[in-house]
Amino acid sequence: MKVKVLSRNPDDYVRETKYDIQRVPRNYDPTLNPFEVPREYTRAMNATKLERVLAKPFLASLDGHRDAVNCMAKHSTSLSTLLSGACDGEVKVWNLTKHNCVRTIQAHEGFVRGMVVRFCGTSFYSIGDDKTIKQWNMEAPGYGVEEEPINTILGKTVFTGLDHHQKNGTFATCGQTVDIWDEQRSTPIRSFSWGVESFSSVRFNPVETELLASCASDRSIVLYDMRESMPLKKVIMTMRSNTLSWNPMEAFYFTCANEDYNLYTYDMRYLEKPVTVHMDHVSAVLDVDYSPTGREFVSASFDKSIRIFPKENRNSREVYHTKRMQHVVCVKWSADNKYVMSGSDEMNIRLWKANAAEKLGVLSHREKLAANYNQKLKEKFQYHPKVKRIARHRHLPKHIFTEAKEHTVMREARRRKYVNNVRKHSKPGAVPMLSEREKHVVAVVK
Amino acid sequence: MIPLCLYRQVSERYWQGSGEEKKDEAPGGSHVPGDQPAPLGSQTNQQTRASEKKKKYKAAERHGKKAITRVCQSACDDHHWNTRIIAESEITEKESARHDQLLLQEDAGFLEGDEDEDTCTISQEDIADAVDITAGAKYFNLNLSQFGPYRLDYSKTGRQLLLGGRRGHVACLDWQTKQLLCEINVMETVNDVKWLHSEAMYAVAQKKWLYIYDSSGIELHCIRKFNDVLRMQFLPYHFLLATASATGFLQYLDVSVGKEVAAVGTKAGRLDVMCQNPQNAIIHLGHSNGTVTLWSPNQKEAIVKMLCHHGGVRSVAVDKTGTYMVTSGMDKKLKVFDLRSFKPFQSYFLPAGASSLALSHRGLLSAATGDIVQVYRDVWNTPVKKPYMAHKVHGAVWGLHFCPYEDVLGVGHGEGFTSMLVPGAGEPNFDGLDSNPYRSAKQRQEWEVKALLEKIQPDLISLDPGKLSQVDYATFKQKHQDKVKVLGYDPLARDKFKPRMRKKGRSSTGGVIRRKNQVAHEDKRIIITTLKEKAESAKERKKNNNGQTSAVRSALDRFKKRAAP
Repeated sequence: MKVKVLSRNPDDYVRETKYDIQRVPRNYDPTLNPFEVPREYTRAMNATKLERVLAKPFLASLDGHRDAVNCMAKHSTSLSTLLSGACDGEVKVWNLTKHNCVRTIQAHEGFVRGMVVRFCGTSFYSIGDDKTIKQWNMEAPGYGVEEEPINTILGKTVFTGLDHHQKNGTFATCGQTVDIWDEQRSTPIRSFSWGVESFSSVRFNPVETELLASCASDRSIVLYDMRESMPLKKVIMTMRSNTLSWNPMEAFYFTCANEDYNLYTYDMRYLEKPVTVHMDHVSAVLDVDYSPTGREFVSASFDKSIRIFPKENRNSREVYHTKRMQHVVCVKWSADNKYVMSGSDEMNIRLWKANAAEKLGVLSHREKLAANYNQKLKEKFQYHPKVKRIARHRHLPKHIFTEAKEHTVMREARRRKYVNNVRKHSKPGAVPMLSEREKHVVAVVK
Repeated sequence: MIPLCLYRQVSERYWQGSGEEKKDEAPGGSHVPGDQPAPLGSQTNQQTRASEKKKKYKAAERHGKKAITRVCQSACDDHHWNTRIIAESEITEKESARHDQLLLQEDAGFLEGDEDEDTCTISQEDIADAVDITAGAKYFNLNLSQFGPYRLDYSKTGRQLLLGGRRGHVACLDWQTKQLLCEINVMETVNDVKWLHSEAMYAVAQKKWLYIYDSSGIELHCIRKFNDVLRMQFLPYHFLLATASATGFLQYLDVSVGKEVAAVGTKAGRLDVMCQNPQNAIIHLGHSNGTVTLWSPNQKEAIVKMLCHHGGVRSVAVDKTGTYMVTSGMDKKLKVFDLRSFKPFQSYFLPAGASSLALSHRGLLSAATGDIVQVYRDVWNTPVKKPYMAHKVHGAVWGLHFCPYEDVLGVGHGEGFTSMLVPGAGEPNFDGLDSNPYRSAKQRQEWEVKALLEKIQPDLISLDPGKLSQVDYATFKQKHQDKVKVLGYDPLARDKFKPRMRKKGRSSTGGVIRRKNQVAHEDKRIIITTLKEKAESAKERKKNNNGQTSAVRSALDRFKKRAAP
């Protein structure tokens, strides 16, 4: 007879010395690993709960300004530098790793309205309520030397916004008109105007570098091409936009922060309808900035919170708030996609994590694998009601929570009255059902 | 569940080997894939020596790049689309064969008799003499005639054995090294013994209540809520101990928290036949009116009631894949049922009936009558005529269990305990992350923590464990209906098509109607083609249902058992 009985040699299964790692033979047979789906579901629940436990986004508060922070500028080449301008004309340069102020300049008399760092990173521009544009050196002057701008340009009217070209030595300001300046000249090389009193912000497109967009006080957004002599087109909305930001990955999308508590993402080729309406804030949205991946953006609002939205979603995925943070005026997303900086009314700049539960620093290989696995599990089971409930849960300050409830009640009442009172009793077809996207654009003018 | 990324990392290493194979098949021929016949997957499954394996692997690494370029070329070429698909499927088949070859170290046992010799006549002593010392030592007898017939249980890893004699003798030992962990006499009738999740604790169903002991024999808990327990089953991934009592109650105890999860009143009298389905954690109970009922802790009534035998049901066993259930009854029949459709499959007549049944991982069935234990091979595929093995023990058989990863069958009987060799019963390759018989104390602690974190909640126990990953169509429809009610119109419905009126007399009535019908007929055409496709695919599925494999291959296909073990 031929017979073989299973007998394992323990030397193949037990480690030789205590300095070796343990041996773990694997067999991926599904009968040996039953209950795949319930176990993965349990792991996804655990991952979601852990994410909420470890969600501690606040990193540091940069203290030092003596008046409200009005604008911020990201350094174009250094990740650890941040510039901020206050309402008393002070400009401070911060080191984000050490959380301290490296340099202070009394730049303007009155508000610092806008700041931008030149693409090479050696100098930066600032504009103020004293109708001047000043160019400063990025390096601090030596000991005992006074802080002096490299260049000062005097304008005729107050400037309200500033942005620099990505490659050339030109920059744009806006005030009464949108002006394109050459760095060597002291008068603008081109001025755009379209019968509007004032503009609140101007932005260069980071991908199509010749295009500009600005927010005007007649509730419109105007698009320009630097090479042309006339503005391209404009879209008029129901309420005024405060600022806008271009998507750094997709050249044709920009998001504007509006006074009617929403943000609108437009495709610049088709301005008739916004691509998405982002509705979650309960007060005017003051600033918006895109993440360098182009997939998300952060918005700062007059209700004392910051929200992070995915670019195609209507609702925010994250909200940051603190009792000490008052109306948030400016916000920036750091260039390494990890941090969000917010400047607010109470003279503080706060540094937050973009992903609240992310572990910072160098992760070991196993930590990275575990983080990736947990992320994938959360994505797989995100629509299951119990998992969704935990993932969505955020604590909101009382004023935001009550306001949000009031707004839903008001919106529901408006919709109900429109459907039941107006639409039901009108001639069919006379009163159309408008989607949310169609409601907010008044006209597109070319 | 293995994370998919790790699994791919393992299989990617072997992907490059395919180029080497191709070069071997056509030494002088052209290098365009698809010109030479595809090598059969079965050829690569043959055993090669370790040095040959290493040579092949190294050569494969060298030729790996060529394989990539060859497949890419064919992928780019439109004319070679078919060859690209063939090449990819070849690669996956070779990959899987190579993985099994190199990573699954052990092979299953076997017993083959000579020309005229019947395997059921071979005695245990002969087998023990014919194999090596360590395997031979796995056949042993424990003569414990004082304390009554013995029930037994093997721990999940198969290392520890728990014995419970009816007159109160409880002992746990490491049966391979014969090291005794604890030995106590509980001074009461012992109905059943069961290991809990690891070798640290076990449960003893005594005369009145349920007791939990430590592995050194210290009584940890006396659970008075669980009274008159006759049989117990442990659900390892839910950390639930299911107990069947003489009063007809099926109770579930969560051993990690220590709470009773559910108490189901079965209203079926004395419950002394019990087994679990390892794939979906459903408890099978056998009754004296010939029915087998299936229970989960979420329902107050049985999920399924099956009439299996004309007399009472004496024993139930479910195989490890969860597809077959074997029952034996007072009508001396042994029946095999398909658990997916709950229909009888095979029926055998045993002259004396089987009082205990046990199924091994590789599909061997052991049936015990009186003091004779018989082992049958492949009870469901081909009708079985004679047993694979047989053995006579010293007393009437009271408990029967296969050891998880060994070729051993443990028999508890009136005169003690016998461990017999059954070649081919045990799964040769265990999964180290699931149950590792060679784990250290540290590994056991880590495993315990991870298992507790992944503990499945009892309300997920249902007949189909994969239901969570399926789309919930009922809720979607309900939600759509609610939305229509709230909004006052159906957001998914499209507006009726209104043809544009053309100027200068070009839109006559007939023309307008013609254009309208064009659009309407287009829509109808789409609906009709989808219905046709559905009907055709249903027909094809019916045709293919008779054993043909589908064209789509998956990486888990190699685990589907094609031939009998």
